[in-house]
Amino acid sequence: MVDIKNVFKSFNQKKVIEDVSLTIEKGKITSFIGPNGAGKSTLISMVSRLIAKDNGDISIDGKDIMQTKSNELAKKISILKQSNSINLKLTVRELVSFGRFPYSQGKLNDYDWEKVDEAIDYMELRDMQDKFLDQLSGGQRQRAHIAMVIAQDTEYILLDEPLNNLDMRHSVQIMKTLRNLVDELGKTVLIVIHDINFASCYSDNIVALKDGKVVKQGRACDVIDKCVLKDIYDMDIDIKDIDNKRICVYF
Amino acid sequence: MKIRYLTIILIILSFASIFVGVSNVSPLDIFQLTEEQAKVLMVSRVPRLLSILIAGMSMSICGLIMQQLSRNKFVSPTTAGTLDSARLGILVSMVLFTSANPFEKMLVSFAFALLGTFAFMKILEKVKFKDAIFIPLIGLMFGNIVSSMSTFIAYRYDLIQNISSWMQGDFSMIMTGNYELMFVSIPILIIAFFYANKFTIAGMGEDFSKNLGLNYRQVVNLGLIIVALVTASVVLAVGMIPFLGLIIPNIVTIYQGDHLKKSLLHTALLGAIFVLICDIIGRIIIYPYEIPISLTVGVIGSGLFIYLLFRRKKYGI
Ligand SMILES: Nc1ncnc2c1ncn2[C@@H]1O[C@H](COP(=O)(O)OP(=O)(O)OP(=O)(O)O)[C@@H](O)[C@H]1O
Ligand SMILES: [Mg+2]
Repeated sequence: MVDIKNVFKSFNQKKVIEDVSLTIEKGKITSFIGPNGAGKSTLISMVSRLIAKDNGDISIDGKDIMQTKSNELAKKISILKQSNSINLKLTVRELVSFGRFPYSQGKLNDYDWEKVDEAIDYMELRDMQDKFLDQLSGGQRQRAHIAMVIAQDTEYILLDEPLNNLDMRHSVQIMKTLRNLVDELGKTVLIVIHDINFASCYSDNIVALKDGKVVKQGRACDVIDKCVLKDIYDMDIDIKDIDNKRICVYF
Repeated sequence: MKIRYLTIILIILSFASIFVGVSNVSPLDIFQLTEEQAKVLMVSRVPRLLSILIAGMSMSICGLIMQQLSRNKFVSPTTAGTLDSARLGILVSMVLFTSANPFEKMLVSFAFALLGTFAFMKILEKVKFKDAIFIPLIGLMFGNIVSSMSTFIAYRYDLIQNISSWMQGDFSMIMTGNYELMFVSIPILIIAFFYANKFTIAGMGEDFSKNLGLNYRQVVNLGLIIVALVTASVVLAVGMIPFLGLIIPNIVTIYQGDHLKKSLLHTALLGAIFVLICDIIGRIIIYPYEIPISLTVGVIGSGLFIYLLFRRKKYGI
């Protein structure tokens, strides 16, 4: 469980996160939605200690993240940022193997390599595992990064717009993978996502942010609602029930 | 397998280096050296070879570490003011403590090199316009400012002759008794090997490091300390060898990639080979006289550097 209490954050006097309090259920997929600049990335960066909060408390399983050793946290929570501008010439396999760093400090044992192989297969990267990252397409690179996070094998997985650059098939595949991680391995996944239909179909809970505040949080079916969406995005969105799933039509 | 070839080449060149020079020592004499020849070998040739190997390896590795930590392929001891700062340090130690022994000089020089490199890294953080070429230009300017301070102090204290001797790296003065300080580099480079993984992760940025639980600041600081210490010891014993830390790591990463675990050993070997070749050329080209190493490295190195620049344009590395 991630507990966020009265968290504030400003950049250069500008308030970006204002008094956000949330509880994120363990063993569920929670999606963060909201317009550009709502503060989604800022919020999950604070949860993963990448940026410091100004005020408030964030704890994971009852332990304050600021009181926990960074190396311990790295085995508990992993994050993939929205943009990954790694300009190093590394192969896919090397990148994925860095996911094992918190456990191995660089000296990978058989178990670590097993996890690396697993992650590579999960993301269907086997036939390009020895290619350098700069020889891949944007989507392939994104999958390599996700594979690294999977290899890190943490209880909590935070992904900031993981579907960036991915085609439909791979988008669906990644959402299904996340679903598996949650349903089969009991992981907790937090994602920031813009495609509300993906959020609607694959997540258990949704948190809607706007202007640094939580507009609505709850079960996916409660948040995917005409009035709520109107509130968040200032546009009329039709919602249709197709095969027991709520699909938003906003074109 | 590539490592094997590099090692073989290095061994052959090392032998060649021992037997090239004004006093005649041929490989055939090795088992029946005259006293004179043995002395030449032990006092001059072997120390020279060792100092070449250490300087070549350590300056190249310094460059590699700096490029990784600054995330810029054109940052190196030459293009970040490290060399110039180290030299300023030596000069200051000579002025302030006239009777400084080499070890004390090295410490002062180390402190200056560290400070200078640190200052450059701070400037890097502030610079908004992070063009790959722009940053080393800033570094060169910064180095020139530091260097002009050296010149100024040297004029005031009549040490111009001294400083120009470090301006030019030169192995011809290396003899038993005046280069042993360079051995400081060896344990430090071994530490660098142990940190290869951490340097690589640090090269992917602060957030990336944090996510993996790596103490980014600590690793970067350790890297800069290694660079400053090694540079100080090399500048003190041999003088400035420009470009080495720039071209060797760049060539290696073209074929080995940026994983330090894979590229460190290659960089060390290739660096040593490169300096050995330059040294041998310098020794035979106007035989029986010698061209200082900084000149040969400078000429060949700047040529290669230009090639790398054009290659970068073509491939966008
Ligand atoms: N490092 C920073 N310095 C200054 N302002 C920042 C910084 N990071 C974010 N902001 C500001 O904070 C606000 C929220 O940014 P954030 O990246 O959290 O938005 P987001 O919800 O992730 O948006 P998007 O959907 O576009 O990714 C924006 O107005 C942005 O300008
Ligand atoms: Mg964002």
